[in-house]
Amino acid sequence: MTLCMPPPDQAVIARRAAIAAALRAIVPDGVIDEPTVLKAYESDGLTAYRQPPMLAVLPETTAQVAAILRYCQAEGVKVVPRGSGTSLSGGALPLADAVLLGMAKFNRVLEVDYDDRFAVVQPGVTNLAVTQAVEAAGFYYAPDPSSQIACSIGGNVAENSGGVHCLKYGLTTNNVLGVELVMMDGEIVRLGSRHLDPAGLDLLGLVVGSEGLLGVVTEVTVRILPKPQTAKALLLGFSTVEGAGACVAGVIAAGIIPAGMEMMDRPAIHAAEAFVRVGYPLDVDALLIVELDGPAAECDHLAAEVEAIATANGAVSCRVSTSEAERLAFWAGRKAAFPAVSRIAPDYYCMDGTIPRRRLPDVLTRISELAVQHELGVANVFHAGDGNLHPLILYDANQPGQLERAEAFGEDILRLCVEVGGVLTGEHGVGVEKRDLMPLMFNETDLAHQQRVKCAFDPDLLLNPGKVFPTLHRCAELGRMHVHGGATRFPDIPRF
Amino acid sequence: MHTPNSVQDLCDLFRAGGTFEIRGGGSKAEIGAPREAQLVSTAGLAGVIDYDPAELVLTVGAGTPLAEIQALVASENQMLAFDPFDHGPLFGRPAGAATIGGVIAAGVSGSQRLALGAARDHLLGFEAVSGRGERFIGGARVVKNVTGYDLPKVMAGSWGRLGVMTQLTLKILPAPRVRATMLVEGLDVAAAVAAMTAALRAPLEVAAAAHLPGIGTGLRLQGFGPSVDARAAQLPGHRLSETEGDAFWQAALPPADDRPLWRVHCQPSAALAIVAALPDLETRLDWGGGLIWLAGEGDVRAVAAMYGGQAMLVRAPEAMRAAIPCEHPQPAGVAALSVRVRRAFDPAGIFETGRF
Ligand SMILES: Cc1cc2nc3c(=O)[nH]c(=O)nc-3n(C[C@H](O)[C@H](O)[C@H](O)COP(=O)(O)OP(=O)(O)OC[C@H]3O[C@@H](n4cnc5c(N)ncnc54)[C@H](O)[C@@H]3O)c2cc1C
Repeated sequence: MTLCMPPPDQAVIARRAAIAAALRAIVPDGVIDEPTVLKAYESDGLTAYRQPPMLAVLPETTAQVAAILRYCQAEGVKVVPRGSGTSLSGGALPLADAVLLGMAKFNRVLEVDYDDRFAVVQPGVTNLAVTQAVEAAGFYYAPDPSSQIACSIGGNVAENSGGVHCLKYGLTTNNVLGVELVMMDGEIVRLGSRHLDPAGLDLLGLVVGSEGLLGVVTEVTVRILPKPQTAKALLLGFSTVEGAGACVAGVIAAGIIPAGMEMMDRPAIHAAEAFVRVGYPLDVDALLIVELDGPAAECDHLAAEVEAIATANGAVSCRVSTSEAERLAFWAGRKAAFPAVSRIAPDYYCMDGTIPRRRLPDVLTRISELAVQHELGVANVFHAGDGNLHPLILYDANQPGQLERAEAFGEDILRLCVEVGGVLTGEHGVGVEKRDLMPLMFNETDLAHQQRVKCAFDPDLLLNPGKVFPTLHRCAELGRMHVHGGATRFPDIPRF
Repeated sequence: MHTPNSVQDLCDLFRAGGTFEIRGGGSKAEIGAPREAQLVSTAGLAGVIDYDPAELVLTVGAGTPLAEIQALVASENQMLAFDPFDHGPLFGRPAGAATIGGVIAAGVSGSQRLALGAARDHLLGFEAVSGRGERFIGGARVVKNVTGYDLPKVMAGSWGRLGVMTQLTLKILPAPRVRATMLVEGLDVAAAVAAMTAALRAPLEVAAAAHLPGIGTGLRLQGFGPSVDARAAQLPGHRLSETEGDAFWQAALPPADDRPLWRVHCQPSAALAIVAALPDLETRLDWGGGLIWLAGEGDVRAVAAMYGGQAMLVRAPEAMRAAIPCEHPQPAGVAALSVRVRRAFDPAGIFETGRF
């Protein structure tokens, strides 16, 4: 696959042995230079792009991270941070002339405070392990990406990850109180705090979702919440996508913000049912899973309300979970949607646009037209409550031309999302994948304002370069740049 | 006072140079050090641009009065969940002048912030003119978005030091059908913090928790009737009527007089020590003890810092404001980084009025 990355600096590559020796002086047992071992890091969750790093280093302490970055800055060596490597946008894709900084050894939960309701964890701790560390006391960490058994909190902070429960509980950014960050020059800063809303500019808010471009996160303080007393899920089948879409709108209009509200289309339902066999109805075009949580009285009351709304919108099947096992069974198919789809096609490509909810039926129609045009299958799962789509494009990388068609199809879907008033990515990040589409949403002036933030943190552009921004302007050039009138490349597309 | 009517007016004004202070309704004008700057009013940038209740999204001009927006969303049974309030009365002015641009730029969040998030959590997108005299946008008009840096976060609470927001897109939420406040009377601060902590450790979705000495400790529940009833049965205290409850939360706002007023943010577990160290000040605890309003004379900042908290000087006579910075000072590294970020948006420092 062709992807234009910053040209590798041959002079740096020529100094590889010396760089490895210098890094070894900082982290004696943590430097990898064996090509066969380095290959393990050649891609993240976006496996279509592969590039082994020049070297990998696995530090264990903040002081080591600071020393590594200070050295790399002084030597002009690029650095790519990596958590668990599950990014679906190529955020952790290595560069041929860069050091890959693996954070996996930062794997300890440092402190839990139930009275003040926060936990301090190292960035390599997995998302699920945070919940596991506090669940005995009746607490949990709310954002729950489907990758939660693998992905790291540091990666979650970098991507501002979400999950099925972020409709009610927010994304990572709404659940993080503070971070310790090492900047490219080795300086260590603490942003945010252990209490709410600290003084000064919200630099923490900038760092969350910055995709590893502003600094390396070495500690994270997250808010933890008491686990709801009960949860109940409804499994609602609709003979049309319109009906399911109208039901979603009806639930919100009734003033209900469910803990989760997920939709699957016919191909996704069939793939999931074949994989987990939990009794999803197979004769419907759309399936909704609506989860309610809170005291039993609330779940019962709202389940009846949601059921009534579903019926009014033409639901042809409706099951309300009567036990925890049944609730989990309803979710099993949705949670396994990605692996389920990988059983019906050799490869799949997961998209992540967000649209205004009301555009769901026509966007789905357009996606199925695009599938015909690109001669590829597609299965759709969505976080319907917040309009976040995950079309899974089915292809076979071994068939010549299919990968390119899948990419073209994906790009058309993202253009469509922006065209109807939505965005390129709801939770997976821009990375390398959507980088070149950024001008669909932002003109040059908009992007220059974002890139100058990068310059405030990393003026030499050494940290994770080639991600997020379609054009890498030098910081000095950005300082001078004035784009009068904000000329845009796509003037016909409705913008903010 | 400049009163630009368009983005272009603002671009022209800022490119010509000078020192500018953005002025919404002026409800917070007395916050910060006395200063000289050309005032730029957002009054010409008012009005509702797009309100789509079904999408939970509202786009408005920055100069739109907060009260107008609250009435508008209430008419659709919706709310600004971060619970903003008007600062005007704290400075002896009538309520009603505060604008949405000012509320977001100052990061004003009320009692419900504890459970439902701050102003920064509800700003989805914006259009602004930066200190470079250029129009730019950040975020978007949908509720879930991670495309590019999250500039709305840094614009919220930036006090007009990065640019003037001209349009704001806010996340709106359904208003609760039922609000209930459980009032526990007779607790001292130690017992009140313990009671609030116990309530917040329980899975009861307490939306707000405040302790008002002399009045009592209030725990707010909201949602659908059966749920509120079930949760209320698991909390201490007696249930106030909705009107009494509203009066309690009104009383949780800071005192409106002319004593110096501090706002302390801290870990709830530090609240008792902070209050105990400042016995001569009138105190009101909100956010389960994570926010303390203190009115009167005392070295509040030093005490807050001693217990890991931060103190903002909200109201004070001019001489005191000239001597004491309004914002809690930051560690040198963070302060330097903040300056670099400000210079990124405002290279010539046209928004550096000396207020902070
Ligand atoms: C099957 C599957 C399901 C998924 N489901 C979801 C989902 O439901 N919701 C969702 O939001 N995402 C989902 N994802 C995407 C992915 O899991 C998230 O983006 C996750 O947060 C990435 O974490 P990671 O530790 O794997 O980070 P990596 O992939 O290693 O890195 C991601 C980015 O973070 C940076 N980074 C990592 N650690 C640090 C650090 N300590 N400091 C600074 N930068 C750092 C990297 O440079 C890179 O830019 C899914 C992925 C897969 C494979």
